[in-house]
Amino acid sequence: MAPDIGFLSLFFASIFTSNILLSNFLGMCSFISVSKDFNSSNGLGLAVTFVMTITTAINWLVYHYLLVPFGLDYLRYIVFIIVIAAIVQISEMVIERMSTNLYMSLGIFLPLITVNCAIMGVALFMQIRNYNFLQSVVFGLGSGLGWWLAIILLASIRKKVDNSPVPGPLKGPGITLITIGFMAMAFMGFSGMLAVQ
Amino acid sequence: MAQKTFKSIAKENLWNNNPVFVQILGICSTLAVTNRLLNTLIMTLGVTFATGLSSLTVSLLKNFIPRKVRMIVQTLIISFYVIIIDIVLRAYVPEVSRALGPYVGLIITNCIIMGRTEAFAQSNSPLLSLWDGVTSSLGYMYILLMIAFVRELLGFGTIFGFQVLPANFVNWTIMVMPPSAFFMLAIFMWIFKGYMFKKEVKK
Repeated sequence: MAPDIGFLSLFFASIFTSNILLSNFLGMCSFISVSKDFNSSNGLGLAVTFVMTITTAINWLVYHYLLVPFGLDYLRYIVFIIVIAAIVQISEMVIERMSTNLYMSLGIFLPLITVNCAIMGVALFMQIRNYNFLQSVVFGLGSGLGWWLAIILLASIRKKVDNSPVPGPLKGPGITLITIGFMAMAFMGFSGMLAVQ
Repeated sequence: MAQKTFKSIAKENLWNNNPVFVQILGICSTLAVTNRLLNTLIMTLGVTFATGLSSLTVSLLKNFIPRKVRMIVQTLIISFYVIIIDIVLRAYVPEVSRALGPYVGLIITNCIIMGRTEAFAQSNSPLLSLWDGVTSSLGYMYILLMIAFVRELLGFGTIFGFQVLPANFVNWTIMVMPPSAFFMLAIFMWIFKGYMFKKEVKK
């Protein structure tokens, strides 16, 4: 059944020690391609956090109230991805209505969230680890915030790295990966304090 | 581009336009599953299966799919194959399936598959698309296997679970932890790109 873990520790663990990006490597594609620019990183981080929290909640409800009772849990991949695509579409419409500025600044990144594996990954982790509803929401929110923190940190570091002399073949993705590696080591430093499994 | 042949596609996907090094696609799973060779092999076989057949299916159906909903149809086709992989893995190699955890499901969001169906299978004949899907995942496979080889050798002292390094070898625990995945990929990228650079200069 649901693991016995406090909300607060789950929250901080999913931001720091079990950061969805640095320890589970999810959402790397957009992480590497977007982090060139601080403002779009910030916008994408916000959007990911928002979508992640909502989709995790809805996916939990769908999984436990629709799929499990009817014995359809092998369909979860399809169902999860459809829920995610639908939520992204809806939030696109809502954001366009409420704030044109935010909508313009997010641009292409909003629809791309559908194929961001971090969102799908959180949904699958919450199902594999048997979180209950509240734990799943906290886990989704924490993972989103962790992803956001990681991308704005990387965007700030890359600004400096871009002006540094880097060996030719290592330029671009190579040096970015090494930077992320160091960030992952720094985040690992927190791991003695909290752990979620 | 000139006439696409089986040979030119293979060369493009395995080397010139390698999905991992050049296009930076499918990085998530590259990093996550490479701490044991066995897991890596099974994961990449799954990706090859899914990419090849999804490309084939999309290419066969391309005239029947309305353009507006093509993304969702592609996703559904990919999910269909991934579900097959998941069920097969759970039936025959349950311990690997457990070790891979959510990453089998995450083949759906592996950008290589989506990229190939979108960029190639949409506009090419079924057999060429099948070949394109298979070769691009082979390009992905050999890089993952190389990374996994180094990580497993130094991290556990084993290859495919067999002890190869002497018993007094101190395992480099860092090699099986997340950061080393980033470093290994960057180092491989460095070597490969350095080689490509040299070739370009010679030309």
